[in-house]
Amino acid sequence: MGKRRGVESSIAMADAVAMCDVDAIAAYPITPQTHIVEHLSELVYNGELDAEFVPVESEHSAMSACCGMSAAGARTFTATSSQGLLLMNEIVHIVPAMRLPVVMAVANRAISAPISIWNDHGDLASVRDTGWLQIVAENGQECFDMMPLAFRVAEDKRVHLPIMVHFDGFIVSHMIEAIAYWEPEQVKEFLPPFEPQIRLDIHNPVAMGIVGVPEIYYETRLAQHQALLDSLKVIKEAFDDLERIVGRRYNVVETYNMDKAEIALVMMGSLSETAMSAVKAMKEKGIEVGIIRPRVWRPFPTEDFLAAVKNVKALGLVDRAFTFGGHSHPLATEIKSVLYGSPVQPKIAEFTLGIGGRDVKVEDIVGMYGSLVDMLEGKDVPRIQYVGVRE
Amino acid sequence: MADKYELSWKEIPMGFVFDKPMASRENLTGSWRSERPVWDHSKCIKCGVCYMYCPEGCIHETEEGYFQADYDYCKGCGICVQECWTQCIKFVPEES
Repeated sequence: MGKRRGVESSIAMADAVAMCDVDAIAAYPITPQTHIVEHLSELVYNGELDAEFVPVESEHSAMSACCGMSAAGARTFTATSSQGLLLMNEIVHIVPAMRLPVVMAVANRAISAPISIWNDHGDLASVRDTGWLQIVAENGQECFDMMPLAFRVAEDKRVHLPIMVHFDGFIVSHMIEAIAYWEPEQVKEFLPPFEPQIRLDIHNPVAMGIVGVPEIYYETRLAQHQALLDSLKVIKEAFDDLERIVGRRYNVVETYNMDKAEIALVMMGSLSETAMSAVKAMKEKGIEVGIIRPRVWRPFPTEDFLAAVKNVKALGLVDRAFTFGGHSHPLATEIKSVLYGSPVQPKIAEFTLGIGGRDVKVEDIVGMYGSLVDMLEGKDVPRIQYVGVRE
Repeated sequence: MADKYELSWKEIPMGFVFDKPMASRENLTGSWRSERPVWDHSKCIKCGVCYMYCPEGCIHETEEGYFQADYDYCKGCGICVQECWTQCIKFVPEES
């Protein structure tokens, strides 16, 4: 295993991208993502990384440049947050449809208005249907490890789709952690060179991004959907290989204390680290509760989720974003759709918290577990609770 | 082009990349036209404004220096008719 060093997660991610021998980066700075591309820019201009760094005038241009560079056969990376992700949205949809394996780190941040630079999953929720593979990391080590993984899965010839690696802005991005870097030979063993399956080549000209008339557009969309669904097995293979090479085990759905618990909360991102403390607090009260954390959000790992939840009697669905005017918020909507018609039918309560950087305390999560206990005892529990909001 | 539009979703090439450049030439957009531009050479001053403005790029200069649309591709948008300085281009319905 590589040596552990105390380093900010963003810097470690940039170092991981550099270790993956990225060819091309186009980016525009935006809080709280900035440190990643700032550090990559330093590495390029100091001559430590042989890559093309394209400083652009907006995120729309950043993703457009990434689209072009990836189409030219370059291993391509960018990073953004919140408003930046919204500004690049047009091209965010185009890149997966053109099957270009761009890797993008997204430091999750709330969406304006009001202006908030702080963390929630508003930006994550906004790109749900763009066609990117989406991994939601929990901590700095996972952020580091997901960089080689993202390039490997994205560029796999069975996948050839872009990947977003989401991680909580500030809470993870600016946290200094002890992170084990990979050895260069481990990266080399894990990540083969990029062999583009489609590329712009003057000797073999092709047309990319052509018109899809009504007679063919529908077929292209289903083909894209199936390609994304099929990528799940490639992610699992890569997780297995990652464990073999660097000794850390990742699963598409992570569980904590689920061998004993019949009460569980479903959540994504760094929140589960706080929730682990709440699980311990509940244990001290003599109640076994657990955490289910989908690490892979797209493609949604339905079978793995159902396996994780199979013994659960009371399930809490924790959202950190709004679906304005919807029946439920994004994560709850997804999970309830997965459970509908399945043999597993836990009682469900929905929660929203940690919005726009609002602090989440262990007691908040203990309170949510308390609601699930109440629900199991037959007490009335609101369908959706807005935890920590001022009434 | 016809065969491309008959693909099943399982046969769609990755990224719907099309490996026959210039294939748009096979698509004869002249069939869209309901009216065609016709030049009256007696009024034409050979200025080439019609050629400059044609969004389809389907107007070319003839050996005599006049201008003519390629009716295989002219969509009948009428921009040349509108822009002609001497109003020498008439828009004639296709049926006539």
